[in-house]
Amino acid sequence: MMTRRISRRRFIAQTGAGAAAAATANIAAPFVHTAHAAGSLNVGMWDHWVPGANAATEKLIKDWAEKEKVDVKVDFITSQGQKLNLTAVAEGQAKSGHDVLFMGSWMVSRQAELLEPVDDVVNDLVKENGDVSDVAKYMARFKGVWKAVPSTFGSQMKGPASRIDLLKKHAGIDVQALYPAGAPPKSDSWTYDAFLKAAEACHKAGVPFGIGLGTTADSVDSIGAIFSAFGAILIDENEKITIKSDSVRQALDYCKRLYAFLPPDAPSWDDASNNKAFVAGQASLILNPPSAWAVALRDAPNIAEQTWHHPMPKGPKGRYASFLQQNLAIWSFSKNKSAGKSLLRHISSRASAEAMVSASKGYDIPPFAKFKTFGTWADIGPPKGTLYHYPDPHQDQILAVAAMPSPHAVAAQIYAQGTMSKMVVRHAQGEAMEKTLAWAESEVEGFMR
Amino acid sequence: MADVVAPAGASVATRRRPGGMNRWLQRRSTMAFLMTLPLIVLIIVLVIYPAIYALHLATLNKKMTQFVGLGNFTFLFTRETFWMVVQQSCIFALTAVFFKAVIGFIVAHLVHNVPNDKQRKWRGMLLIPWVIPPAMSTLAWLWLFDPSHSAFNWLLAHVGIGPIPWIGDANWARFSVILVNVWIGAPFFMIMYLAALKSVPEQLYEAAKIDGATWWQTMRFVTLPMMRNIIAITALFSTIVTFANFDIVRVLTRGDPLDKTHVFATWAFRVGIEGGDIPLGASVSLFMVPILTVAAIFILRDINRRGNEA
Repeated sequence: MMTRRISRRRFIAQTGAGAAAAATANIAAPFVHTAHAAGSLNVGMWDHWVPGANAATEKLIKDWAEKEKVDVKVDFITSQGQKLNLTAVAEGQAKSGHDVLFMGSWMVSRQAELLEPVDDVVNDLVKENGDVSDVAKYMARFKGVWKAVPSTFGSQMKGPASRIDLLKKHAGIDVQALYPAGAPPKSDSWTYDAFLKAAEACHKAGVPFGIGLGTTADSVDSIGAIFSAFGAILIDENEKITIKSDSVRQALDYCKRLYAFLPPDAPSWDDASNNKAFVAGQASLILNPPSAWAVALRDAPNIAEQTWHHPMPKGPKGRYASFLQQNLAIWSFSKNKSAGKSLLRHISSRASAEAMVSASKGYDIPPFAKFKTFGTWADIGPPKGTLYHYPDPHQDQILAVAAMPSPHAVAAQIYAQGTMSKMVVRHAQGEAMEKTLAWAESEVEGFMR
Repeated sequence: MADVVAPAGASVATRRRPGGMNRWLQRRSTMAFLMTLPLIVLIIVLVIYPAIYALHLATLNKKMTQFVGLGNFTFLFTRETFWMVVQQSCIFALTAVFFKAVIGFIVAHLVHNVPNDKQRKWRGMLLIPWVIPPAMSTLAWLWLFDPSHSAFNWLLAHVGIGPIPWIGDANWARFSVILVNVWIGAPFFMIMYLAALKSVPEQLYEAAKIDGATWWQTMRFVTLPMMRNIIAITALFSTIVTFANFDIVRVLTRGDPLDKTHVFATWAFRVGIEGGDIPLGASVSLFMVPILTVAAIFILRDINRRGNEA
């Protein structure tokens, strides 16, 4: 029998290397679904507007954690005062914090280099549940790599929530006939010309369209959808500034005409203003997810009963709608990435998406093509079917987000600064078209630094 | 008497000579340092470190990967919106401080003339705007100015006026943020001026009265000179706080409409946190430092000079 003498120094070196290798193997090991796969996972979610939506999502996460033996902690972080964005920025700076974090539209692009690729998760989900929108791809896929999973929780369409009675009475438009519940749209006549005429009629009747022109998301998304419908892009994907174009001029001219029929203080509206005007019965149409309707159900049931959600009008370049795609991302510094991926698969499944849509009373819209026809949207009311067309089940619209397809770093600034709404207000308040365009060009040049 | 007085030499011999550490601990300056140490640590952690970190951030490029020196500042100088924010911050701070000082001065005199037993009640009531957290009281103001449900417009409608776009029109919006700032800040001036008024010796007023001084002469040659230092210090302190204001503008207008109500702090937040350009946001916020430093140097130098003259 051969024996080898090992010195103390060599023994320590070899066993140390072995231990290190074991530790590395442990970190890189795939997530194993056994009772021994425990670990901890900190999840930061958005604090949902709709009462009950947080609880349903927390239950989904806790059920998964119990099954997978993971010690999970869920924080619901409000987006009020930018707290959620501040959390993401702070965690990115500190390289510490949650493992999985809910990220609003532009945050994924800002933190992309610090996020774990999730191609495996998204590709499997797409294969099973259908493709995702161009907005989802724009917001979460960079250089062909998915950096976040498009989320059902919190994703929303900002289409018209119209008063059935007021539009019929003052503008002669029957929105239920254009978009009948449970049936494909008959919306050929629903164009931006018809929209403008209806805005004028409702304005004359003292119940104007409640579209804000401030710098918060609702205003920016509303004007963004109109710009998209006219093909008006401020800067293209190749970083070429295209502000002084005919399409931008047309969009701006249209918005100036529309401005005359909006509430006089629209430039100061925030995301609550349109909801308040609608619930108070002062607005005949707003561009909003069903949160105003949900509040009206509680506070003004007679207004809720007369509310119909439907797609946007059609412009020269198509029927564009603003879709706010939210995302769930795993930090690259997370210590439990495999558990994070397992969780994201779980809460992106059909059953989970259905539970979230139900708990949010139809507010949340899942990203996958096969998830647009859940019973919640068809059944919920009153009036029954008010949300049938909200997730665009017949794909009547082209989904976009304001400033898409501009490069993300510039687009995020255009969105945050509300450049498009400011252009509208400047021009509508008397500034010459070319001066407004020159101002916008200078702004965008500044964003490109 | 001699038998009760211990010899000095014996005392020294029997007592243990304190060590270097003990001697150091027994010093008054050491105790003072130890007692202020928690505050010094807090200032280092919450003020000095963030300030240095902000300086560091302001020297990075947009992606925070490269050192660009003063590049962010030179870039800012080329931006139209930046100069508008500089102008607005100055208008906001100077106008608000002026009105706070005037209103504080008048109210302090009114309260000073209230009989002593009733003064406490008035002081307490008048301080309310200052002691409520500004974000909360500004929210109440926002509801008063609300585009759809403004209580002011509702009242004005009864007399056939309005509706006024309190936060919808650039000029009205500027007026509104200044109004709220004055409402919140005037009680601070009032209480400082009241304290100064109470410290003016009564004999000076009696002497002025005997000399036949008018109300204005008493004010001009007795009250104002005695209050000068307090007025200067209060104005300086308030200018710094008003210049760096964030909450009122953020809650009331968010800098809208058309950026016409942005001040340094709100624009820094918009550019840095909301727009994703943290180095540029840090540069905007740091731009306040030289402006306020110059103001502080001038005012404090004036106070020192007057102190030396006295």
